[in-house]
Amino acid sequence: MPVWDIIGPVMIGPSSSHTAGAVRIGRIVRLCWGGEVKNANIYMRGSFATTGEGHGTDRAILAGLLGYAPDDPEVREGRELALRSGMNFNFYEEELEGAHPNSVRIEIWDDGGRRMDATAASIGGGAVLLQELDGFEVGVSCLLPVIIIMNRDVHGVVGTVTTYLSSHGINIATMKLHRDSRGGLATMVLELDGGESAVTSEEINNVHPAIVRVISIPGVAL
Amino acid sequence: MRSLQDLARLADELDVDLHEAVLASDSEATGVMPEEIFNIIFSRLQDMRRSVEEARKNTNPCRLVRGDAGALIREYADRGGMCGGFLLRASAIAIEVASYNASMGRIVAAPTAGSCGILPGMLFSWEGSFGQDVDDSDRKLTEALIVAGAVGEVIANRATLAGAEGGCQAECGAAAAMGSAALVYLMGGDCDAVSNAVALTLKSVLGLVCDPVGGLVESPCIKRNGLLVAVGALAADMALAGVTSLIPADEVIDAMGQIGRSIPPSLRETSKGGLAVTPTAKTLLKERGKKKGQ
Repeated sequence: MPVWDIIGPVMIGPSSSHTAGAVRIGRIVRLCWGGEVKNANIYMRGSFATTGEGHGTDRAILAGLLGYAPDDPEVREGRELALRSGMNFNFYEEELEGAHPNSVRIEIWDDGGRRMDATAASIGGGAVLLQELDGFEVGVSCLLPVIIIMNRDVHGVVGTVTTYLSSHGINIATMKLHRDSRGGLATMVLELDGGESAVTSEEINNVHPAIVRVISIPGVAL
Repeated sequence: MRSLQDLARLADELDVDLHEAVLASDSEATGVMPEEIFNIIFSRLQDMRRSVEEARKNTNPCRLVRGDAGALIREYADRGGMCGGFLLRASAIAIEVASYNASMGRIVAAPTAGSCGILPGMLFSWEGSFGQDVDDSDRKLTEALIVAGAVGEVIANRATLAGAEGGCQAECGAAAAMGSAALVYLMGGDCDAVSNAVALTLKSVLGLVCDPVGGLVESPCIKRNGLLVAVGALAADMALAGVTSLIPADEVIDAMGQIGRSIPPSLRETSKGGLAVTPTAKTLLKERGKKKGQ
């Protein structure tokens, strides 16, 4: 964590983890979804569930899902803004053994049958961790640009993708691979040192036939 | 940055001022140029200054506590008081900014929102009491804020800055340690004095739990902001006087992390223990629930 993440963020109070972190989680989930959020079920865990109301965590998550930043005074009006935008949302409490003490799971869907399920934790000082996306472990802070690639687990996908990114001048900072089973579904989580605008999600989707889905998240500064 | 010892060594090797060593280290780690990092922190200082001014005029109420503590301390300071104008004003600023945060005002989390009053209290009260002869106050305060930030970095890396993980020692305690480092820097102390001030401050807050009434960042958080500025300032003066800590700062930070992990979850921001479950807290929350239900 560099010094500007310690002296910061500039944010609407009262809690960096419960308010600013919650706005950032909402924003990141919106970026993963890739557009306006029409329907959301929000499952609060741990102290998000027990102390969220007093910290404005609910308003903060909604403001984030609408695309607001943690230092925008409008965050205070998150609920009203969401209602006015026509978003259909519900809050629930969810108890889960081993869940991070400040975390939330958000289900989003649209009327065309598309769904997404994201879990994220607020890990202190406004920093967050996108933990899971559609059941796959992701584990990224989203401070750097991230590309998440879901693919069928066949030979050569990782090599093809990394060669492709390298040929476009994109440097990979970190890389994590997960799969549900051999030959099943796999995910590749790439944190980049920038330059992600040199390629689009569609272009990456086309580099190998086994790639099912690509999600690109620009870095979200604290 | 993993340790204050490494930071001191780097400053020595590069033969630069402490804040320049922090900039060099962060620049190396992130690829962001030192001048750019300085400018980011310079702008954070302006945000902090704005939050102090807005907080003083804030009329939005907190939910549980009375919002007049800062004003009371200022009036009292004008009449005298034992702790002196510097400490009393630092306390008043810290309480006002922390109250502003509680009422959803715009503040700079430093290192967290719950502890956001402490650094502004210490820095701007120093400016008022001891900064008159400084040529470029904003520049000097930015340098001090960078030093404070480095202390926060080390605490984040070796322990934690989250109340939910380490209790209040990790939030207000860390902020007071960061502030003490900033004050030593502002008063011209060397790297050793900075480390000793950090160690002395943290040693006096080890084990401090996070037990906010109703889960709100109000009680005891707001007044604790106003109180811990004094611990940090005294530790800075002690370190400048030449007092040293037997246990080095990095090891005190490790101890803080270890203690944080052994604090029971009921005393780590869950509001299930301590002050949060006192009879008065319960009565207040019941009344608040009734009001909300009406």
